[in-house]
Amino acid sequence: MTEKTEILIEIKNLTFSRGSRKIFDDITLSIPKGKITAIMGPSGSGKTTLLKLIAGQLQPDSGEVYVEGLNVHQLSRKKLYQLRRKMGMLFQSGALLTDLNVFDNVAFPLREHTKLPEKVIYALVLMKLQAVGLRGAKNLMPSELSGGMSRRVALARGIALDPEMIFYDEPFVGQDPITKGVLVKLIKTLNDSLDLTSVLVSHDVDEVMQIADYICVISEGKLIAEGSKETLQHESTGYVNQFIKGLPDGPVPFHFPSVSYAEDLEASRKKGGLI
Amino acid sequence: MNGFQSLMQEIGRTFLEKVAVFGRGFLFILSLFSAMPSALLRVDLLMKQIYVAGVLSLPIILMAGLFVGMVLSLQGYNILVEFNAEEAVGSMTALSLLRELGPVVGALLFAGRAGSALTAEIGLMRSTEQISALEMMAVDPLKFVYAPRFLAVVIALPLLVLIFNALGVFGGYLVSVSWLGVDDGAFWSQMSSQVDWHEDVVNGMIKSVAFGLLIAVVALFQGVNAIPSSEGVSNATTRTVVHSSLGILGLDFILTSIMFN
Repeated sequence: MTEKTEILIEIKNLTFSRGSRKIFDDITLSIPKGKITAIMGPSGSGKTTLLKLIAGQLQPDSGEVYVEGLNVHQLSRKKLYQLRRKMGMLFQSGALLTDLNVFDNVAFPLREHTKLPEKVIYALVLMKLQAVGLRGAKNLMPSELSGGMSRRVALARGIALDPEMIFYDEPFVGQDPITKGVLVKLIKTLNDSLDLTSVLVSHDVDEVMQIADYICVISEGKLIAEGSKETLQHESTGYVNQFIKGLPDGPVPFHFPSVSYAEDLEASRKKGGLI
Repeated sequence: MNGFQSLMQEIGRTFLEKVAVFGRGFLFILSLFSAMPSALLRVDLLMKQIYVAGVLSLPIILMAGLFVGMVLSLQGYNILVEFNAEEAVGSMTALSLLRELGPVVGALLFAGRAGSALTAEIGLMRSTEQISALEMMAVDPLKFVYAPRFLAVVIALPLLVLIFNALGVFGGYLVSVSWLGVDDGAFWSQMSSQVDWHEDVVNGMIKSVAFGLLIAVVALFQGVNAIPSSEGVSNATTRTVVHSSLGILGLDFILTSIMFN
């Protein structure tokens, strides 16, 4: 990092495997406070897993994750839950509780963690729903919402307890351009107005480039690039260039590894194929 | 030798996997019991789950209880009448229901109705990331989701079995007294003299509590360990019904041999 900023989340030499597959191999990165940091990478590169590791939902094979200077994976269950009250997470599916309506979903963390009177909860929930533009949908059930609306309700729920940091898990996937625009605006506005630290996991380059202050690119378990969006945009060669510009061929080849085409055709001819 | 080695490896691997499942199950039961105090304090959650598991199972339990009692007394009457002992049909129906059929049939129906629903609900909550979302909101799913459901099943089943038994006796009364003409007074007096509070009623209730514990543990464990996909949840639901049904029948034999020997 070029400028001197306060670090909120620090990942040190993190290694994590699923079965025999190594998802992360000795990753070290820092997430600055008060900024929007994007973690980018192709599908299946473990971006969501990284969020779960930061939130202590998964245990790493080795390495440490520090949030506000606390080693997440060495905290007691009680301390970890206390830390999570400072975190908000927007899941890809929204993950709303299906037996509660929109209002009760947003009110849920307030009712569970505070002893506020119902009148105050009502006012707070309306405020949060107003922020995401869904005050009018407060009586709908999750099954009546579109994907984009579910995410916005989940966002309202995520900020219900005024967290210090919020994690977005692929917020733009499968959304139409208008919803993407709404989400981009919301993420930016919430980050600035609530003084949040936002961590955004995504592979939607255009949207991320609009709002991210700092970008980390991971691929095949390694951190391969990090820096401001300008730095990454000026990268003219290699994987980062291919990823940012969405080029079909490059270090990640268009063709799946195989023997040469000529050899395949020869084999086909020998088997009595058409050629 | 190679084939033998791989066979031994396969047997060893399967055995270790089964042991690991038992270990996980045991730890899960321990964690459920550790969450009991907080589940008891959340009366609102508990009431909702008792409604879902218990009240919504009432129609099937009421109907089944009535028909089982009617069939029992009809069959009993046809045999007893040959010995001029048809007055004993009341006590026979009541004893069969209280000792065996009430707890066992009630629990089997409950496993199919409420146990499977519980597994599917937990499995889907996991696959739609609702459980993860609860964890991220610093709400412990063990206390908020699993423990209230566990307790609700254990409380609901004995109550449902009581209702099943009552309806069964009523069904027996309808068939034998109202239809087949057994003496009303003899029906009730034989029953009250033959049925023992401790040996029959209490033992039957102990059975239903044991079956409730079994169904709750199996259903929750299968839900928590379901592969988060539509196929995974459907398999877990099937396993809940199969494992708990077999478990109920096996446990019933063990409990009967302890109680009535």
